Amino acid sequence: MKQKQREIHGKEDDIKVKLFDRIFKPQVITLANGKTVERPRSRMPLIAIALVLAIWWALRMTGFDLSVITTRFSKMLDLLKKIFQPDWSFFPKVINPLLDTIKMSILGTVIGCLLALPIAILSSSNINKNVAVVSVFRFILGLIRTLPTLILAQVCALIFSLGTFAGTVAISIFTFGIVAKMLFESIETIDMGPFEAMEALGANKFQAFWSACVPQILPVYLSHSLYCFEMNIRASAILGYVGAGGLGITINERVGWRDYNGLGMVLLTLFVVVVAIEFFSEHLRKKLS
Amino acid sequence: MSEVLKQLENSVDEKLTVAEVYANRPKKWLLYTAIVLIIAVLVGWSSSGVNFNGVTQVGAEVAKGVFYGIFNPDRSLLFGTKDTDVPYLLLQTMAIAVLGTIFGAILAIPFAFLASENIMPKPVAYIFRVLILLIRTIPSLVWALMWIRVTGPGPQCGVITQAVCSIGMISKMYITAIEDLDTKILESLDAMGCTPFQKIRYGVIPQLTASFISTAIYRFDINLKDATTLGIVGAGGIGASLVQCLNSRRWAMVGSFVWGLMILVMIIELISTRIRKKLAHGA
Repeated sequence: MKQKQREIHGKEDDIKVKLFDRIFKPQVITLANGKTVERPRSRMPLIAIALVLAIWWALRMTGFDLSVITTRFSKMLDLLKKIFQPDWSFFPKVINPLLDTIKMSILGTVIGCLLALPIAILSSSNINKNVAVVSVFRFILGLIRTLPTLILAQVCALIFSLGTFAGTVAISIFTFGIVAKMLFESIETIDMGPFEAMEALGANKFQAFWSACVPQILPVYLSHSLYCFEMNIRASAILGYVGAGGLGITINERVGWRDYNGLGMVLLTLFVVVVAIEFFSEHLRKKLS
Repeated sequence: MSEVLKQLENSVDEKLTVAEVYANRPKKWLLYTAIVLIIAVLVGWSSSGVNFNGVTQVGAEVAKGVFYGIFNPDRSLLFGTKDTDVPYLLLQTMAIAVLGTIFGAILAIPFAFLASENIMPKPVAYIFRVLILLIRTIPSLVWALMWIRVTGPGPQCGVITQAVCSIGMISKMYITAIEDLDTKILESLDAMGCTPFQKIRYGVIPQLTASFISTAIYRFDINLKDATTLGIVGAGGIGASLVQCLNSRRWAMVGSFVWGLMILVMIIELISTRIRKKLAHGA
């Protein structure tokens, strides 16, 4: 019934002439055989005008001046030159913060993902039929996702004192928001046939869910978790900037002392670790799917 | 040999009961225990580096303050029109994200074409891929700290930082679009005797615009969130004021900043998802 309504509705949409086409009448082309066809006017000019206005407004708002960048670009080149000549003697001092960063993101990812699983199940509309609960959970997840990680880390650092624990909490919250969202979107696409079959056989809801849905959800869950872990390594590297432990402290220190060769070393190790983890997790995720 | 075959035939012909099929189900418990064990070891190792010092007296106060602020935001700040009020700062954050995304999307085009294996020779494409990866791995905060030496603090620094940062992800997605190009269209245009310019205009651009625009809008979403954090290092936007209020413990102001941020990001996310859905279905 609903689908039928939607079909009828869709047809109405096609017949209804859009406002744009009513204002800018479509071009009528007469073909060689005498038939006429209508070609709707391009929307491009309208979009272009909107874009130009947006750019003009943004330029005024930010006071962006290209000449500053072109005249002082040599400074950036100097910095980059120093960064690409990393100070190898600094390497031993990078290892400990780097391990801290990795530990923070592992623990944060695991905690966040564990918390995300039940909430994701509760907020997927094909399993939880209670619309109110679903929309409340989704709204809360949406709110959590809007909070920037760095601000979260700053608040955590104020609450739990400086250190890796604050970073771990910030990463868990961030992971929780993202994994729960990705997971409930995937849960909604699973095949509910086996679940209904199990119920018809006399299994209770939990039994049916356990043996019909969990095997479908589990690989997706692991794959999302790995993807989030990749992101977290990159994100947690800068959390130290607000005092949440890890590489960020070292980065902040190097920049403060204008020791860009040291900064180059930090970035190089980060690059190697991120690429290695990305490679590893991409390989695993390919196997999972 | 024949006996074995017979046995096999028998087992195939034999109708297995449900219980027997169930007993022969694929057993994955070994894999699952291995995964659980690996995760347990990793957690054990990593918890050594994370030490919980307990919530300090100050910490409890902060937590209370944040909750108080979120439920009692400063109304005059939230709806004010001065340069230091929430609406103006949010607009500035948005302006940074708009410019950063547009510049980034334009800068990413040459990178993407140079790094596509179906256009450039493999070694060249490979070099540009590594370059894109390098740009992507350097955290945006570090880019901002570097650019601030060039432009000085202010929204300008935010714009140029986001433009450079966006190149990494945008060109990565452009590359997949370019490598999915349908070359048969180009061949047929060739057969019609089109000039190279016409081939690009009618063969390449229509295939790419939808995915390019969709990518740019997606990146705008991310940039908007990023722009709020760049303020921490002094690159303009709402972040700087938010952190200042946090550090000086003005909770009502913190509350109004957080509410403004949440509402803006949610609205933009909603709009961008709708536009991208339309682009994907070819509106």
